[in-house]
Amino acid sequence: MRSSQLVEKYFRTKNLPHIWCPGCSLGIATRSLVVAIDELGLDKNKTVIVSGIGCSSRAVGYLDFNTIHTTHGRALAFATGVKLANPELHVIVISGDGDASAIGGNHLIHAARRNIDLTLLIFNNNIYGMTGGQFSPTTPHAALGTTAPFGVVEQPFDLVKLAEGAGATYVARGTAFHVNPLVKYYKNAIEHKGFSMVETICICPTYYGRQNKSGTAVQMMHWLKDSFVLNTAYDKMPEEKRQGKHVYGEFVKKDLPEYVEEYVGIIERLKGEEDA
Amino acid sequence: MSKAVLMQGNWACVEGALYAGMRFYSGYPITPSTEIAELSAQKLPLYGGKFIQMEDEISGIAAAIGASISGTKSMTATSGPGFSLKQENIGYAAMTEVPLVIVNVMRVGPSTGLPTASSQADIMQARFGSHGDYPIIAVSPNSVTETFTLTVRAFNLAEKYRTPVMFLTDETIGHAREPIVLPKPGELPIYDRVQPADGEEYMPFRVEPGEIVPRMPAYGRGFRYNMSGLFHTETGFPSNSPENAQAQIDRMFAKIYDNVDDIVTYEEFELDDAELVFVTYGSTSRSVIPAIKSLRKQGYKVGMFRAITLWPSPAKQIEALAERVKHIVVAEMNRGQYLQEVARLVKGKVPVTHIGRANSEILLPSEIEALAKEVLS
Ligand SMILES: Cc1ncc(C[n+]2csc(CCOP(=O)(O)OP(=O)(O)O)c2C)c(N)n1
Ligand code: SF4
Repeated sequence: MRSSQLVEKYFRTKNLPHIWCPGCSLGIATRSLVVAIDELGLDKNKTVIVSGIGCSSRAVGYLDFNTIHTTHGRALAFATGVKLANPELHVIVISGDGDASAIGGNHLIHAARRNIDLTLLIFNNNIYGMTGGQFSPTTPHAALGTTAPFGVVEQPFDLVKLAEGAGATYVARGTAFHVNPLVKYYKNAIEHKGFSMVETICICPTYYGRQNKSGTAVQMMHWLKDSFVLNTAYDKMPEEKRQGKHVYGEFVKKDLPEYVEEYVGIIERLKGEEDA
Repeated sequence: MSKAVLMQGNWACVEGALYAGMRFYSGYPITPSTEIAELSAQKLPLYGGKFIQMEDEISGIAAAIGASISGTKSMTATSGPGFSLKQENIGYAAMTEVPLVIVNVMRVGPSTGLPTASSQADIMQARFGSHGDYPIIAVSPNSVTETFTLTVRAFNLAEKYRTPVMFLTDETIGHAREPIVLPKPGELPIYDRVQPADGEEYMPFRVEPGEIVPRMPAYGRGFRYNMSGLFHTETGFPSNSPENAQAQIDRMFAKIYDNVDDIVTYEEFELDDAELVFVTYGSTSRSVIPAIKSLRKQGYKVGMFRAITLWPSPAKQIEALAERVKHIVVAEMNRGQYLQEVARLVKGKVPVTHIGRANSEILLPSEIEALAKEVLS
């Protein structure tokens, strides 16, 4: 589908233009989601998109679905209630790196552990964008943030490993540059039965880029292109070529009992015992 | 006649919630509210409903709000520290006008305090606990039977006024075992939120003529709208306009305060010729009543005004009391919280005395009696 048709079909055009900065990649990530939804043929009325607070989370205001813009960090918890109460709905969560892994970190690991059928999309720009460039749990060690004027002292989270370790049954990482695989991961995540997480490496030219002298938005996109390698290719690369490279790809795909199905199973079992 | 059964207050709360149509519960265990989670876990799946134990109280209320937004009557329960953790999302539910019942089985604080002991010290937090200006409804029962009926009412108020409703009980009532005759289906009224009709042109936050709150469709019906804790227009989308913010907050207050006569309930006891009136609520009224009976036998003209709805307060009734009695004594298990509201309403027209403490020891009828004699002497 052409972009203009996608916009017409899935965006709340009255709310456009969006508030994101020129060069921000959140639009690419949001568009990729809409392409995935379109290719899967999801019913807009049966699809819910829940977000927290942050630049990333503002995406829901532009998307013509059932949308909930919740409190900072708590989107997954709200989404858990929506999904468990209404198992027939597709529930997708959009979260920033801070939203998902700092203030919302507890909900992330527990949603993953429960293996509840939610799709979490983390738009990771490695910074707190909305509040003006403070470091986040994914800001690289020694990078600058307004609250890390001498460089971040901490070590960052690897969100893929975090989600996998917590029990997510579908985990992938894409980038705002590699859009075709990104759409594929979004589709696979939404179709997956169980907790799925896709990390999308985004760029924030305004607050990450300026402080860290990462160059223009175009230069930052080039950095995504040049430094991210597909995991299967990375595995075949000789050690010396791996220097400075990051991986994207699908990392976890497994079937485990899903929370809502298990719970509904209990309801049905109890009903059977009553009828018997 | 149905037979009475012996039941704990916390159980009656769950029974009342199920009667009212609760089909979703989410929360995190904490004394002395835990039995509410336990019985919900046991009963909800039998009703086709859902129970989930979340990772903390923040997610406990968040999941309940999510379930309610999507169309399911929901409840969460907690005590003490858990009530503090829920505050941010209480404001979210107020701002987005989401029907929800939040039970607080009050215990002694601050902090971990006295976890297994009773208090009534979260009265002001229930009213003002989340940041910003917002209205709230709070109700407080004084028996196991009333825990049931008032839980039903809390759900009805939440649905009718699209608001979180605080159900303020305490360890004393929550753990008290009393006989209760459970109402039969249909015996108590049940109110469900008004939804738009199929295909209706829908404006998510517009109040239709003759109605109190905007209509609220369940998810999946085809009304795709946006919920946001940001100030929003009738469309549900954020707006920074001061005029819009003013209009929205005014409407939120008006839906509660224009309807106080419907929302406020109270009990009067021996008020007709009373010179001294105890203003009280919840479990403390159980100590006040025997004190009044004893004082009456000795010829003292004393009575009780028990607020069942604490917020919005029974302002008209308390103001009227101030015109006709000589003394008001506020009796509560804290160091003077509802006292502030009563004193505000009495405006110095008669002396207002306080009897209360929050050290886990409930007020005894004998103490209340002694104070009344002292005040009247
Ligand atoms: C409880 C709470 N704490 C702090 C904030 C302030 N705040 C808003 S967004 C944000 C961080 C946003 O960063 P991220 O989640 O990474 O999203 P981004 O804006 O970068 O997309 C913070 C700290 C808030 N809204 N609520
Ligand atoms: S601050 Fe950064 S993340 Fe936010 S809109 Fe601007 S570029 Fe995008």
